Amino acid sequence: MIKYLARRLGLAALVVAGVVVLTFFIARVIPGDPAASWVGPHATAAQIAAVRTELGLDKPLVVQIFDYFGGILSGNWGVSIHTHQAVLSDIALRLPASLELVVTALVIAVVVGVPLGVISAYRKGRLSDQALRTLAVFGVSMPVFWLALILQMVFFQQLHLLPVAGEYDPELQYSSPLMSYTGFTPIDALFTGNWPVLGSSISHLILPAFAVAAYPIGVVMRMVRASILEVSGDAHIQMVRALGFSERSVFGRFALRLAWSPIIQVLALVFAYALVNTFLVESIFNWPGIGSYAAAAITSLDTPAIMGITLLVAVVYVLANLLVDLLQAALDPRIRLK
Amino acid sequence: MSRLNRVTNAGQGSEPRGGSAFGPTSAGRRAVRWMRENPLFAFGAAIVMIVVIFGVLAPFLAPFPDDASTATHPFETLVAPSAEHLFGTDQVGRDILSRVIYGIRISPVIAAAVIASSCIIGIPLGLLAGHFGGVIDEVIMRITDIFLAVPALLLALAFAVVLPPSPYSTMIAIGIAWWPWYARLVRGEAKSVTTRRYVENARILGLPRWRVMFRHVLPNSVTPVIVQASLDFGGIILTAASLSFLGLGAQDPTPDWGLMVNQGQGYFATQWWVVTFPGLAILITALAFNLLGDGIHERLDPRRVVSR
Repeated sequence: MIKYLARRLGLAALVVAGVVVLTFFIARVIPGDPAASWVGPHATAAQIAAVRTELGLDKPLVVQIFDYFGGILSGNWGVSIHTHQAVLSDIALRLPASLELVVTALVIAVVVGVPLGVISAYRKGRLSDQALRTLAVFGVSMPVFWLALILQMVFFQQLHLLPVAGEYDPELQYSSPLMSYTGFTPIDALFTGNWPVLGSSISHLILPAFAVAAYPIGVVMRMVRASILEVSGDAHIQMVRALGFSERSVFGRFALRLAWSPIIQVLALVFAYALVNTFLVESIFNWPGIGSYAAAAITSLDTPAIMGITLLVAVVYVLANLLVDLLQAALDPRIRLK
Repeated sequence: MSRLNRVTNAGQGSEPRGGSAFGPTSAGRRAVRWMRENPLFAFGAAIVMIVVIFGVLAPFLAPFPDDASTATHPFETLVAPSAEHLFGTDQVGRDILSRVIYGIRISPVIAAAVIASSCIIGIPLGLLAGHFGGVIDEVIMRITDIFLAVPALLLALAFAVVLPPSPYSTMIAIGIAWWPWYARLVRGEAKSVTTRRYVENARILGLPRWRVMFRHVLPNSVTPVIVQASLDFGGIILTAASLSFLGLGAQDPTPDWGLMVNQGQGYFATQWWVVTFPGLAILITALAFNLLGDGIHERLDPRRVVSR
């Protein structure tokens, strides 16, 4: 187990280091002159030269890569062009709001997607299965930015049901100000007993979370259906059938239990994808997370900020995968012996 | 005499043709029956066909072909859907239906180009890694690990930011993010094919290594790539639309669907049609290609599932 752990950790570190090199390559090598784009179009030659020295662009490429690595390791992820703040602190400030959105979306995906996937497998080939499969394909084919706009159109413009801007009603800042401890608005509101903010933040969360959840719901439904059908031919499932359990509990209890491991694996992947989809959703809902930060960075061609976010998502993704692999290795001896 | 023969000859009164169960129609007949059992695939295939026809015949089917390029009509801006403009007009008075039809020539074409370029990069690298193994394999696979650690949309976005905004950049950016999937697929397949007896025999006969690789290993390793490519088409259309929605793809007069949604954002509260129709075009096209891909996947290769 320790040998397996060491190998997995080593590979994960290698991959993250590779992503650092990749972001360095994108940010410093592809654009013709990063110094010129740093100071803007109206800079003089002297200013560009000064910036070049300041950014270390006059050193050889290998030295630059090592400097960049050193900076990343010591927490210096560069300075954002559009906020003029350190990228890492910008990200840290905005990450909780995005995690709140993504975790809610994944909870929705599991709560909605798993039962629908089980029903789809149980009714395989029937009309209800066809309908559910079509629904799942709708989920993975949905342009999320468009869904976000349509949700606003229907639930805010037409029905006046749900709010669409920000994390909670800004007027509540004066009537019941929120003390920030964790950075997660609903959690802070819950623990400080700030009920108006809690209610407001939940109603603000619903629409953007559903927009982000569309893709995960589709993926989870498909994965659950496929993996249940795969294990339903297994000997122990036949055994459960022979023991006289109803078909419903064969699928809903026994087959589902065996199907959890691929579902968890796909959730790790979907987590990273959902985080990227916040780029397309957050600015539409004025949500103060890394998604709207990234969208603003893209509009102002803020390369350091975008590379920082790319690195962050890669780290999150590698860690999520590592966690899943280790969990599975701990549960299944066949994996760690490979 | 098979049941099939009896059915085909019913009412003809002639002698049944012996053993014609394997006649020229049987493959087509099997395909028709398979489609009837897979209505989702048939539906997807039908829509894809309609999309392709509209894309090819755009100059004849679009009511206002000029509106897909530089034309503007300052006195007809934001007209609601009507008999003249079925999908309404946009913020500079262009017919949205015409622009949606011409849009077929952007995102789906980008998707096809991305798949082609990913195959051109990914298949040879995967083949090298799988066939030769050893250090080559290790190096190529670790490189794909790095690319696969960043979701394709984000990696494409990072590249698109440093490239000048255009449909070509979108294509290059997504292509760079996409090839590692194909390299991995081919590598796995080539690795198992390489151990088979006929490859071994070809090498014992003294055929040059590259010839064995391209003539004997390659043709037996590409099926999963065909399946994966058909599954990916819808996803690439979405990725391309997302990039252009963020302003990193095609620029203004180009009738790109993602860009049209982006430009309609400011009006959607009062002029819903500007955003709705281009978005529907993205959804329906991606949906149709995904249904088609699922069908091809089931037909060619029910075992291998790469989901993302």
